[in-house]
Amino acid sequence: MKTFKKGGVHPQENKLTNDSTIEVFPLPKQAVVFVSQHLGAPSTLVVQKGDKVKAGQLIAKAEQFICANTHSPYSGTITKIDFATDFTGYKKQALYIDVDGDEWLEGIDTSTEIIREIKLDSNQIIDKIKEMGVVGLGGAAFPTHIKYMLPQGKKADYLIINAVECEPYLTSDYRLMKEKAEECLIGIEILKKALNVEKALVGVESNKPEAIKNLTNLAKNYKGIEIVPLKTKYPQGAEKQLIYALTKREVPSGKLPIEVGCVVNNIGTTQAVYYAVQKNMPLVQNILTLTGKNVKERKNLLVRVGTPIQSVIDYCGGLPQDTGKVISGGPMMGKAISDLSAPTVKTTSALLLMSEKESLRKEETNCLRCGKCITVCPMGLEPIKIAQLAENRLWEDTEKTYAMDCIECGSCLYTCPAGRPLLDLIRVSKNHIGDLRRQRAQK
Amino acid sequence: MSIIIYSVLVLVLTGGIAAVILYFVAQKFKVVEDPRIDLIADKLPGANCGGCGYTGCRALAEGIVNAGSLDGLRCPVGGDKVAAEIAEILGLEASKADPLIAVVRCNGGKVNTTSKVVYDGVQDCLYAHLNMSSQGGCPNGCLGLGNCVGVCAFDAIKIDTKTGLPVVDEEKCVACGLCVKECPRHIIELRKKGIKNRRIFVSCVNTEKGGPAKKNCNVACIGCGKCEKVCEFDAIKIENNLAYIDFKKCRLCRKCAPECPTGAIHEINFPTRKEKQVVEQAEAIQN
Repeated sequence: MKTFKKGGVHPQENKLTNDSTIEVFPLPKQAVVFVSQHLGAPSTLVVQKGDKVKAGQLIAKAEQFICANTHSPYSGTITKIDFATDFTGYKKQALYIDVDGDEWLEGIDTSTEIIREIKLDSNQIIDKIKEMGVVGLGGAAFPTHIKYMLPQGKKADYLIINAVECEPYLTSDYRLMKEKAEECLIGIEILKKALNVEKALVGVESNKPEAIKNLTNLAKNYKGIEIVPLKTKYPQGAEKQLIYALTKREVPSGKLPIEVGCVVNNIGTTQAVYYAVQKNMPLVQNILTLTGKNVKERKNLLVRVGTPIQSVIDYCGGLPQDTGKVISGGPMMGKAISDLSAPTVKTTSALLLMSEKESLRKEETNCLRCGKCITVCPMGLEPIKIAQLAENRLWEDTEKTYAMDCIECGSCLYTCPAGRPLLDLIRVSKNHIGDLRRQRAQK
Repeated sequence: MSIIIYSVLVLVLTGGIAAVILYFVAQKFKVVEDPRIDLIADKLPGANCGGCGYTGCRALAEGIVNAGSLDGLRCPVGGDKVAAEIAEILGLEASKADPLIAVVRCNGGKVNTTSKVVYDGVQDCLYAHLNMSSQGGCPNGCLGLGNCVGVCAFDAIKIDTKTGLPVVDEEKCVACGLCVKECPRHIIELRKKGIKNRRIFVSCVNTEKGGPAKKNCNVACIGCGKCEKVCEFDAIKIENNLAYIDFKKCRLCRKCAPECPTGAIHEINFPTRKEKQVVEQAEAIQN
């Protein structure tokens, strides 16, 4: 079975919500929608306090290159434009909306009918994706349309769809592939047309046999979509690792996948693209897995953007008593939430409630020089060395040890028998290298 | 016998030739260094703290000699005394500057904020700053993980275990500015040491609006502007919901501190206020 070249770990899978069908989460009464929910320059607000908005209406416009539109997920009145805490505790500009129903903007098709015929041409598709504010739902929230505006002289050979879902606990993509596979496949067709490629490869981890079966059966009706089962190993779903597993091509250090003729998107994004292009519906909702070993009712929910995290947890039976951490995302790469009143954003794919015992870090001891972190690093880096340099604040030296190539998968931290905070230190050095590079660019 | 003579001869000859070669090489690659660099470097404290902006004391000495003037080149640790000595060596006039001291502008800590989350990541301010606002919820306040303590070369800053905030030792602080550079939240500032070590400053850097700021911290500056109104010397400015006292303009009149509704303005090393003022305040509150 295909897999990436080196490193990787296999944490306990814990896919506890595999069998729960996607439930539609009821609309909250009050919602907080962040103005910018993507990676890149902030978008510009186009509505004012007191305005009535309909679901799907544009509320913030992208005016710079790496930027995305934001739309209102609800119909209601904007009561306040203020700063709200996001889940890290920092304040970001947000709209407070009093929800008064579910009235969509005209021209948005909310029916479940599947539209197969693709009417738009390549450029129109890209414009449509941009207009509908689609961002990568894999986690980074990178505006999708930019990936399809290829730099001059570059040609794509493959469209790669990331349906790996290698993080433990997460099942939102799995449920999507079981229940809405057809929509995803049409989404892939649309992206293929936008990119003008013949072949699309969909990588799925082998621990999801039913999803593979379902997709393979349906993909027979579409030309050039191949479903490839991949070995169950973390981080199979990392962009560079996935490209290697599927095409045996290696993305050079510091370069983008287009360098080797690939464009990678998440399976969730394909569904968002389908809705955007075929149904004119902006990205205002996503599938969220609420899970954890002690959670009473574990669920896969279809949640509108801007729903308070607390209300999602309450809907599933409330916070278990011994909860130590609430994590946004999976246990390997997710971030701990410091404020439960924060709303969900476009990329909130999971809420993981961990018990106190599970969530605590190992006691940190001295490095044993066992080299396990080097063995498991999928990028072939030396986490121990970068961490040592970072501890001594030698940021320029961490750059020379290719800290910037770290994909922050956390395999080193997971493996370390001494409980050393390797990934944390690498993240700090990446941040500093970014500063150094900006300083150099200014000079 | 002849063996000894030959070997002595060979050694003397080789030595001689080598000496001649080395003499010419030394002439050719001679490095001329200004002798004043050594003299100045001797006068500098030698802690290599980097507070002057150069990598170490010798680098500053080189910088001063190369520049030929003392404009903007100054050892913050040595102060006026060292500046005068250096000026003497160079035959220049020493510039005088007010002595500075590091001031921690946050009074939140464990006492005045309630901990909402527990941080169990790397005990490093830089990392905590990237990942969360703070345990008490203030996005600008001190994280209390002690990066400033780690960088101080003079052992002048300590974390108070009771409040969880850094405290500057007035005797030891030399205002090198290393902690100022280190703090990811720019809480520490170099301020004028003041007459008899007396200082007045706003001990808060929170730029949120009054409501949210006060919600998280009892002693936050809420940007009400009372201090700005009462100041006769135009030293206080409110910007981004935060008051800042310009120490160059401040005349230490102490009018602003009692005005502050949250007690964010701190007076250091002043004698306690007179009874009369306290009575006046009490009356004002009663009325």
